[in-house]
Amino acid sequence: MNAKTLIPLALFSVLVGFLAVGLRLDPHEVPSPLVNKPAPAFKVAQLEQADAQFSPEDLKGKVWLFNVWASWCVACRQEHPVLMEFARAQVAPLIGLDYKDQRKDAMGVLKRAGNPYDITAFDADGRVGIDYGVYGVPESYVIDKAGVIRYKHIGPITMEALQKTIIPLINELKKS
Amino acid sequence: MTAELGHFALILALCVSLVQGILPIAGAQYGRREWILLARPAAQALFLLMACSFAALAWSFYTNDFSVQYVAEHSNAQLPTLYRFGAVWGGHEGSLLLWVLMLSGWTVAVAQNSRTLDDTMVARVIGVLGLVTTGLLMFVLFTSNPFTRLLPAAENGRDLNPLLQDPGLVFHPPMLYMGYVGFSVAFAFAIAALLSGRLDAAWARWSRPWTTAAWVFLTLGIALGSWWAYYELGWGGWWFWDPVENASFLPWLLGTALLHSLAVTEKRGSFKSWTVLLAIGAFSLSLLGTFLVRSGVLTSVHAFATDPRRGIFILVLLVLVVGSSLALFAWRAPKVALGGSFGLMSRESLMLAGNVLLVVACASVLLGTLYPLIIDALHLGKISVGPPYFNAVFVPVMAPVLFLLAAVPLARWKHAEARDIALRMWIPGVLALLAGALVPRLMGGWTVLTGLGVALSVWIAVSGVIQIARRLKSGLPPSSFWGMHLGHMGIAVFVFGVTMVGGYQEEQDVRMEPGDTVLVGGHLFKMVGVQDVPGPNYSAARGAFEVSHNGGAVHMLYPEKRNYFSSTMPMTEAAIDAGFIRDVYVSLGEPLEGKAWAVRVYFKPFVDWIWGGCVLMALGGLFAMSDKRYRLRVKAGAMDTGLTKGATA
Amino acid sequence: MKYLYALMLVLLTCGGVAAKDAVQLADDPVVEQRLIAISEEMRCLVCQNESLAGSRADLANDLRRELRALIKQGKTDEEIKEFMVSRYGDFVLYRPPVKPTTWILWAGPFGLMAVGVAALFVYLRRRNAAIVSSGLTDEERKRADALLQEGEK
Repeated sequence: MNAKTLIPLALFSVLVGFLAVGLRLDPHEVPSPLVNKPAPAFKVAQLEQADAQFSPEDLKGKVWLFNVWASWCVACRQEHPVLMEFARAQVAPLIGLDYKDQRKDAMGVLKRAGNPYDITAFDADGRVGIDYGVYGVPESYVIDKAGVIRYKHIGPITMEALQKTIIPLINELKKS
Repeated sequence: MTAELGHFALILALCVSLVQGILPIAGAQYGRREWILLARPAAQALFLLMACSFAALAWSFYTNDFSVQYVAEHSNAQLPTLYRFGAVWGGHEGSLLLWVLMLSGWTVAVAQNSRTLDDTMVARVIGVLGLVTTGLLMFVLFTSNPFTRLLPAAENGRDLNPLLQDPGLVFHPPMLYMGYVGFSVAFAFAIAALLSGRLDAAWARWSRPWTTAAWVFLTLGIALGSWWAYYELGWGGWWFWDPVENASFLPWLLGTALLHSLAVTEKRGSFKSWTVLLAIGAFSLSLLGTFLVRSGVLTSVHAFATDPRRGIFILVLLVLVVGSSLALFAWRAPKVALGGSFGLMSRESLMLAGNVLLVVACASVLLGTLYPLIIDALHLGKISVGPPYFNAVFVPVMAPVLFLLAAVPLARWKHAEARDIALRMWIPGVLALLAGALVPRLMGGWTVLTGLGVALSVWIAVSGVIQIARRLKSGLPPSSFWGMHLGHMGIAVFVFGVTMVGGYQEEQDVRMEPGDTVLVGGHLFKMVGVQDVPGPNYSAARGAFEVSHNGGAVHMLYPEKRNYFSSTMPMTEAAIDAGFIRDVYVSLGEPLEGKAWAVRVYFKPFVDWIWGGCVLMALGGLFAMSDKRYRLRVKAGAMDTGLTKGATA
Repeated sequence: MKYLYALMLVLLTCGGVAAKDAVQLADDPVVEQRLIAISEEMRCLVCQNESLAGSRADLANDLRRELRALIKQGKTDEEIKEFMVSRYGDFVLYRPPVKPTTWILWAGPFGLMAVGVAALFVYLRRRNAAIVSSGLTDEERKRADALLQEGEK
């Protein structure tokens, strides 16, 4: 056995190492480049009151949770009870962004299942979603007092994620 | 009942493969003749059992047995019979069963066609194949059983993915798997050689036809896949450097290097450890490809439904098979003798250079395919590596290979003079430069890439023609000569097709109403109308278009937009008028207001040369395999260093 | 009645004669060309592995709409790429950007080629030195060469 003939085996071992780690990763998940950057500005109509507007500016000075959802999104229904719990706990304002939806359908869902949102913004053409790097609903953002995005949660929020990650982070940010 | 029988057959097959894997190799190692003689019968029994198991699954599909979960997931009562059969390999479990069936098929083929090969060698080869089969059967039985029952049985199946309901499905995966699995034979020969310490030209002569056969299947399988994507997906592309496509291309690149390396080992007794390493590498890449496609680590249009548990199993299999082979290589390869000497400039060194470049090309594609995974694993972020990267990197690495390709047959073994070669290549050289300068301009515009592509293809083609003409003066050359030249000509045709279509295709996205016309690539397209047409498990809107060129004959094209009952996504069936020097391609987009439709029209010059070139390459392989020296009955154990009289190119 | 028929005939033939050159789906073919070139190098984020140019997914349509607007505003290719990358990260680019994390990716193939060819050279030189010379005289070597050449035809 000499050094040269061991090279293929060595290279293969390195490869296997990466493949093994790879099995735990999700190739579809797109981490957001917006974390630790200011939340993109926008001003859109609200869902329930079409003549009232909403902008992230309105919540400067507060820590808040921004949740992107839609009536046609199946996974959103999964996370709905968790959001209701969050609203009940009164941890922080919960603002919804109704993404590429019909007013009637969205309001119907909120009426039937309950409305956890303090305010729901209405993003008819999806432009706000694009600015926030939304690629699949539901997605949620924790935004701090200065209006900087501190965390993005991709997919429905689970009780575990809420309790282990999101609420502690919000409490942390509230202190500063 | 049939499903249970199929399942039982699989379990028996596992037992047989265990015997087949362990005893013959042990027998060869310790001189136990009874164990050595078990190899062939074991291979035969295994094949029979696998055939029964596969037949059981096929029968379940044919009879619409929706109490078998796999059938319920991939078939449907309205599915046409042909696709019911193809659906057997439409999903992960069934396609894996096909893999193992083919492995047992190749094994029994080796068993039947090795009467003149030394029994100990046969035992080792069949033994290695048995061990691989055991690993795969365990994978099937423990994580991917196609015979699991669905109780209560479904009323009707979920249907085969509409994209797969096409004749391409019936041929592409089987061809591809024949190729992947075929390299296991070269692999087994390599391991057997390492185990026995016998690594000589006779070994190479035995490996070569099997390797060539696997390579032919893989070439055709990849070509079919590409052609299928072209006409089925409706956007006219033929290669996307998708991870699964790359997974099939990697063993092809290494397999091509292996083919040429084996040729040198057979004739000159050189490159022995390199050839063995390539043989291990080609099959390892087949296994790696299987891992990549079924484990979920990479994003791909082709990926099977994934399950990390399966990923872990295949990874373990990969580690065991490849790891132990490479360890064996590290241990035994240095003991192998060096073989004859050859000069810095000689056919051997030029072929070795080509080999090295092919390996570099293979490594580059592997790097690009795995890089996103590597970066993600190192927590350095998430990136994509797509066609722009691969095209930018692959072309410069392959261009020298294409250049060498034409000149190598002119170089003499052992010692060649660069001047001699240059003198004999001046005609192809001049013609290549002329063509490279003029043809692109004739087609519509010169760019570096089109100039290079045309020049290289003419370089290869003309030198091939001249060499053939010269050789014919001294009588009819043997099959292997035609094999080499057909193969190389195939490459020239392929490169020309790629260059032309890449440089000069035209496309228009237009709104058309009945009676409207559009001019694309010199062809006039006129929309006649769109009708509703029902199908067995879909309803379609079928368009009718007239195409003519310079006022000549009118061809009719009927593109369809299908709505399968089982799926919400509409499917586009493009209509193609294929010709020798161009394809015209029409696909229906969305219906617009009134009778108007969004229509996509393409003009694709020389696109069929891409697959035509692949067919020529495969044909070359077939000729090479059928050379009579492989059919000669060589006495077992005869020592032979490749310098026999009449050894041909 | 006759007049009614005549009117119908005239209307019908006018309908037939109204056949014309198909109209481009895109408002502006030049903008569209640029859009295709740019979006071909980008990933459709909701697809399994398709380009932004070819995908028919909702998000892909929306993103193409945004890019079209940016092109019409006169933004450069770099600015448009920046628009996408600042929202979706490098993942959206099919042509990986050249930065320290991708040096190995971009330089790798060419480096390997150089190393491979160099290693080959060194190997060939060393190999010949390791093989004991065959001991043929010049005369014999010439004869051997001639025989070998013949054997190759």
